[in-house]
Amino acid sequence: MARILRSPLGWILLLLLAAAALPWWVSAYILGVLTVSYYFGVFAMAWDLLFGFAGEVNFGPTFLIGLGAYTAGILDNTMHWPILVCAASGALVATLGGLLLAVPALRLRGPYFGLVTLVAVLLLQNAIVIFAGVTGGEIGMNVADVLSIDAATNYWIGLGFMAVCGALLFGLSRSAIGLILQASGQDAIEAAALGFNVTKHKIAAFCVSALFSGLAGAMLVFYEGTASVDTVIDLAIVVQIIIAAVLGGRRTILGPAIGAILLVVGGEALRPLGQLNTFVVSAIALAVILFFPDGLLGHVLRRGERE
Amino acid sequence: MNGKLLEVGGLHKRFGGLVAVKDIGFSIAAGEILGLIGPNGSGKSTVMKLIMGIERPNAGSVRVAGTEVAGWPTHRIARAGVGIVFQHSRPLHRQTVLENIKLAMLPDSLLRLAAAPHVEARAREIAERVGLAQVLHRHPPTLPFADLRRMELAKAIARDPQVVLIDEPFAGLTAAEVKAFSDLIASFRTQGRAVLLVDHNVKGVVALVDRVLAMYLGEHIAEGSAAQVMADATVRRVYLGGAIETHARPELDARGGKPLLDVQGVSVLYGKAQALQDVSLHVREQEFVSVVGLNGAGKTTLFNAICGLVPSSGAIAWQGAPLRGRSAAAIARGGIVQCPESRELFGEMSVRENLELGGQHLTPADRRSQLDWLFALFPILPQRERQAARTLSGGEQQMLAIARALMMKPRLLILDEPTLGLAPVILEQLSKALSELRRTTSITVLLGEQNVTFALPHADRVYVLEHARIVWEGDPARFAAEAGAGYL
Repeated sequence: MARILRSPLGWILLLLLAAAALPWWVSAYILGVLTVSYYFGVFAMAWDLLFGFAGEVNFGPTFLIGLGAYTAGILDNTMHWPILVCAASGALVATLGGLLLAVPALRLRGPYFGLVTLVAVLLLQNAIVIFAGVTGGEIGMNVADVLSIDAATNYWIGLGFMAVCGALLFGLSRSAIGLILQASGQDAIEAAALGFNVTKHKIAAFCVSALFSGLAGAMLVFYEGTASVDTVIDLAIVVQIIIAAVLGGRRTILGPAIGAILLVVGGEALRPLGQLNTFVVSAIALAVILFFPDGLLGHVLRRGERE
Repeated sequence: MNGKLLEVGGLHKRFGGLVAVKDIGFSIAAGEILGLIGPNGSGKSTVMKLIMGIERPNAGSVRVAGTEVAGWPTHRIARAGVGIVFQHSRPLHRQTVLENIKLAMLPDSLLRLAAAPHVEARAREIAERVGLAQVLHRHPPTLPFADLRRMELAKAIARDPQVVLIDEPFAGLTAAEVKAFSDLIASFRTQGRAVLLVDHNVKGVVALVDRVLAMYLGEHIAEGSAAQVMADATVRRVYLGGAIETHARPELDARGGKPLLDVQGVSVLYGKAQALQDVSLHVREQEFVSVVGLNGAGKTTLFNAICGLVPSSGAIAWQGAPLRGRSAAAIARGGIVQCPESRELFGEMSVRENLELGGQHLTPADRRSQLDWLFALFPILPQRERQAARTLSGGEQQMLAIARALMMKPRLLILDEPTLGLAPVILEQLSKALSELRRTTSITVLLGEQNVTFALPHADRVYVLEHARIVWEGDPARFAAEAGAGYL
């Protein structure tokens, strides 16, 4: 037991076990909130791969999420394929969309990359409104199938999905590729001088980020049973993902998931405050970012690094 | 191939209208070390970037072991066998020294998730060779500056490049560290690598190099052994200017102007590099003091310390009151105005707008008269009044920068390397304007220069700054005899 408590991996496993036991303790309402927060956790982790490692600020995570979500939803409604096939197709389309966006956008330097991704979100939002016939437009779209109607099952799927995505993304960030990516983000010229094709690695990172974002978007749609601009594309979601990632700790992958959970759960816990809840959560997030710019997990890791 | 590992020919590079590199060519054989020297703005760093593919040449050829690589992207040139040691680098802070070195040996692949097994052993071996064995598992932010430079060296040679480019190999190192680094670089010779050392001056690399190539304003001016290049008339003119002439104003000593600026024992550290060490100097009212020193000696750091732009230790007093704790803006309002080396003009604003911004705190009438006076001092400026500052030539930009500083009616004007990258004919105009300024006003000036010929004629007193310390002080008449020989 003592050995488990000494290793970070042991802690993570214990936390996951504790989280998996929650359905026996808490209400279906709380489970629902947590389930959504787990999908947000994947959004934030995928975003951190780009911002924390590749050093590119992507203002369009919901372009990728929305592509995955709507593709999966539309396929489910029109083709009636199994959920898993629809979700995989959504992830694939998001990856292709990410590739189409990244190849031209990464030619731009500095803030322009971010602006292009931001415009992509607005374009997708408009496209959905214009093609209201298949997308449901501003009202949103109901999907024919859902993952499950049982809150506990949905919760476990969400938790498992986040755990698997987290393990894959974290493993990738710690691999040779993650190292090269980090070097490219920090000093692109030096990385190139060491023989690394910086553009190739950044495009690959964008595609990986798009794959996970799109898949998580599709899963969220099949959990909620609906897809709407407000829940998967709106710029407010972008802001929430970015705050979650920075709050949890840039360049840690797992930190952003923690940040996302805190943010979603915090917003829900403060709902009795009415309109004020967003304000309070934002103020707390702002304070953390100002005083611990490395984020919660980053702050802890940094103290270890100084030794 | 004829044994030459690096062959450069007819290299040209233009940035907009500025020709940064003009018809540069040289070759380096296996086991040979070539020094590429030139003052700031001479184009030597651009040559290095062109070889590495960080900038694309407009014309010319770069051959690495017989393969033409000009125009290739950087990562392919690196794979072709060129390694570079940057002067400034940003290592991975969350990884250890060993992991940073291993990074350099990873394949450029999206599918290989782990490093090959031999990489670990090889990284350790390289770390040991450059003297990092004791700090393998430390993180870069905890390392002393010399070890960071060692790590950069280790990364550059990790993939066994045939050609090694090193930018300012000894900047910021102590004498003992310089020795250790020299030995390391010398060992490249026995390993059969071709080495290009880029530095400001011959002095820094003389002990290592087989040959030296000197550049000025993008052009090749001399080539040969270190001794030949140092003795070369063109090189001496570039670094020292022509014959040194002085017109000191003996009357000033008799008047004994009141002390205006007093700098006592000031030191500055950049991270771990010592940029200024125990420097003391003073400037009296109406004096024209020149601080001469080669690029990298610490002139800009000294001025920035005085202006409160970089933190320093020691004491700086202005009109008898200490400056410590006052913000850069407060110091500037107090009358110390710097005209920085990089000029810092507002490129999109017109000449007149730049000047008016400098005179923002003046009353309209005052501003008007100050502007008229400056337009008389620099006759080219009224002709360019409505032109955007970035479209001016280098010399015109320098004059505008000085004029803008003067708009603030400084008590003390600090001029940092005004001659940087300017052609001789412009230097004459600038020199004339400074003479005029000294003759017609009671302004106090502190000038930092590498070009001694430019710095000396106006000066009442001269300090020589070398390797972060003041090594000589005296009047300009004595400079040639006492300090001139050891300067280059």
